[in-house]
Amino acid sequence: MIEALNSAHDVMMARDPDMVVFGEDVGYFGGVFRVTANLQKKYGKTRVFDAPIAEGGIVGAAIGMALYGLKPVAEIQFADYIYPGFDQIFSEAGRIRYRTAGEWSVPMVIRSPYGGGIFGGQTHSQSPEAFFAHMPGIKTVIPSNPYDAKGLLIAAIEDPDPVVFFEPKRIYNGPFEGFYERPVTPWAKHPAAEVPEDYYTVPIGKAAVARAGEAVTILAYGTMVHVAIATAEAEGVDAEVIDLRTIVPVDIAAIETSVKKTGRCVVLHEATRTAGFGAELAALVQERCFYHLEAPVERVTGYDTPYPHSMEWTYFPGPARLGPALRKVLED
Amino acid sequence: MTSKTERRNRPALSLHVPEPDARPGDAVDFSRVVIPAAGSAARPDINVSPAETHPLCYTLVRVLDDEAKAVGPWDPRLDPETLRRMLRDMAMVRIFDERMFRAQRQGKTSFYMKSLGEEAVAVAAAHALDRDDMCFPTYRQQGLLIARDYPLAEMMCQIYSNKGDKLKGRQLPIMYSDREKGFFSISGNLATQYPQAVGWAMASAIKGDSRIAAGWIGDGATAEGDFHNAVTFAGVYRAPVILNVVNNQWAISTFCGIAGGDLTTFAARAVGYGIAGLRVDGNDALAVYAATRWAADRARSNLGPTLIELFTYRVEGHSTSDDPSVYRPLNAGASWPLGDPIARLKAHLIGLGEWDEARHKALEEALGAEVRAAQKEAEKQGTLGSGHYEDVDSMFADVFADLPWHLAEQRDAAKAEKARGK
Repeated sequence: MIEALNSAHDVMMARDPDMVVFGEDVGYFGGVFRVTANLQKKYGKTRVFDAPIAEGGIVGAAIGMALYGLKPVAEIQFADYIYPGFDQIFSEAGRIRYRTAGEWSVPMVIRSPYGGGIFGGQTHSQSPEAFFAHMPGIKTVIPSNPYDAKGLLIAAIEDPDPVVFFEPKRIYNGPFEGFYERPVTPWAKHPAAEVPEDYYTVPIGKAAVARAGEAVTILAYGTMVHVAIATAEAEGVDAEVIDLRTIVPVDIAAIETSVKKTGRCVVLHEATRTAGFGAELAALVQERCFYHLEAPVERVTGYDTPYPHSMEWTYFPGPARLGPALRKVLED
Repeated sequence: MTSKTERRNRPALSLHVPEPDARPGDAVDFSRVVIPAAGSAARPDINVSPAETHPLCYTLVRVLDDEAKAVGPWDPRLDPETLRRMLRDMAMVRIFDERMFRAQRQGKTSFYMKSLGEEAVAVAAAHALDRDDMCFPTYRQQGLLIARDYPLAEMMCQIYSNKGDKLKGRQLPIMYSDREKGFFSISGNLATQYPQAVGWAMASAIKGDSRIAAGWIGDGATAEGDFHNAVTFAGVYRAPVILNVVNNQWAISTFCGIAGGDLTTFAARAVGYGIAGLRVDGNDALAVYAATRWAADRARSNLGPTLIELFTYRVEGHSTSDDPSVYRPLNAGASWPLGDPIARLKAHLIGLGEWDEARHKALEEALGAEVRAAQKEAEKQGTLGSGHYEDVDSMFADVFADLPWHLAEQRDAAKAEKARGK
């Protein structure tokens, strides 16, 4: 997945001379997760460079660059560090098109590794996507596999509006099904690991059916897509897993089609529960599919605590939490 | 570790909370404001190292002396035509402000902010910059638009949020935006424009352009993290940007000491970030022009950013929603030791034999007529009180380039709600 993301940068930097990449440690070193490796060497240090440790400055400067006419792709080293840039994203990037009635816009991408599962403790594990879903004018994209990661990142770079692009860091090097005690599997054997070298896009705002099924719909994104599929198979449940891929704008047609077919729905995310994006999904399903539902919508999420370091697997909403929820919606 | 006895003998710690020199009921007191003589500040070559500008951060670059004569190395030696044009623009800002302040009191809009006493800050800078240099202003630099000949009626339509408002009634009055005039949309969230100005300047440098950026911030908002972000980035990448700090002494009711201006100057912050700093008499149009020009020349020569503190005084309240008589002595601005920027430039032109009272009176009358005509024109398109901008479709437009399903649904619901009536 890292190579796919790196390739998206490479393809787009070659195509668009206005694209610039910057962030903490992204230049000479190529990023702490190597997503921007070799880009500085290839495209020069005025197009790929290190930034001071100042997320507000990174986002603010990226906005200024976008206003000039460049296409900045800024990395926030961990999603947990994005908060100093919050004002610039929420009050500025998301609103500039609106407040200038289209006179200015800020096409830019803010990429950030997110989510837990790597023993990152409280400050390297968070899933803050709901904050961004709540912001007018911001699109939020979360890929779940290498093919989508490249295609979605290229689509984000070409998007006329600011896009927050969260990369589930637990699946950078291989799919993760939530069975943490099992050996790590690399991407190589996964069908979505086949990534074309050249340009292609995966559309923003379109979900994918990650596993077709009839009995229950699981709405998920990022790492949780893999957890959903594996849990369904382990439980012997014919679940349909919808990989949302974009949470704003969310693909409501895909959600409705699936839930109306199965009549049951479980919403799954790693982020904290209260006012998480799952609450929005549950509300949408209730508003639009109520008369098709055979059981109340279940939410399976992280707990409303900070992400604890040593108790990572107690916190993580893996098969042990999803399995019973699936059984519950099927029994109701 | 100190012993228990030593500990007992220590004085109790006390917290220092800065206070301004005078409060309501007190006599106006500007005795702590040190005013160096005009012409006394040195003017270094533009390739000076930032550290060498240190002394310039603790003095005041002043050109006009007490007799309104231009003196010293910073005299920009402008031709009378330019001087008259700057005087005209400053006078226009003042007349426009007065008219719009009154329009707010008449209920034609919700809000207005004057720049009384600070007109030189924006107008002289606009004349020192090139027309296509990019400005990232605060809400008190309306002088930039006026100096760049932005139509007054357009400004008024924005203030009225009326049918002619090109921002479609979305922004608080005076939060103008004009791409063509290089005037970036004003944000109500303070300091956000500062790192954006730096980012724009970095982009200009990345592309090998020759245009530079200029940002403005108030003394109060220098305390924001975005100030630190901006000066850090500007210094690190030697961005071609001019970072102006308009120190008008007051952030609503809070004097500049609370922003950290008591024991140092705002200009002095520059040197710590590796940026050249200048502290300038903000009520001296020639000094503002000269400093801006010096900084622009540095930026254009790849010599990096300059931070300019413009030392001035906010003569009026913060906005139409503010009453300064409850936190500072009445009419304090009248005693501001650096005087009035329009009166000083006018006296200078008269001293040169290039202006006189009769011409000034005629100018003011002509500007007044121009403002009234623009107001009449703007009010044809309504005011906030009567005939403001209203269009449900447009309310949902421009959140994104394309309208996603959820906004389309909300728009339809809003239209249905409106159609049902009260």
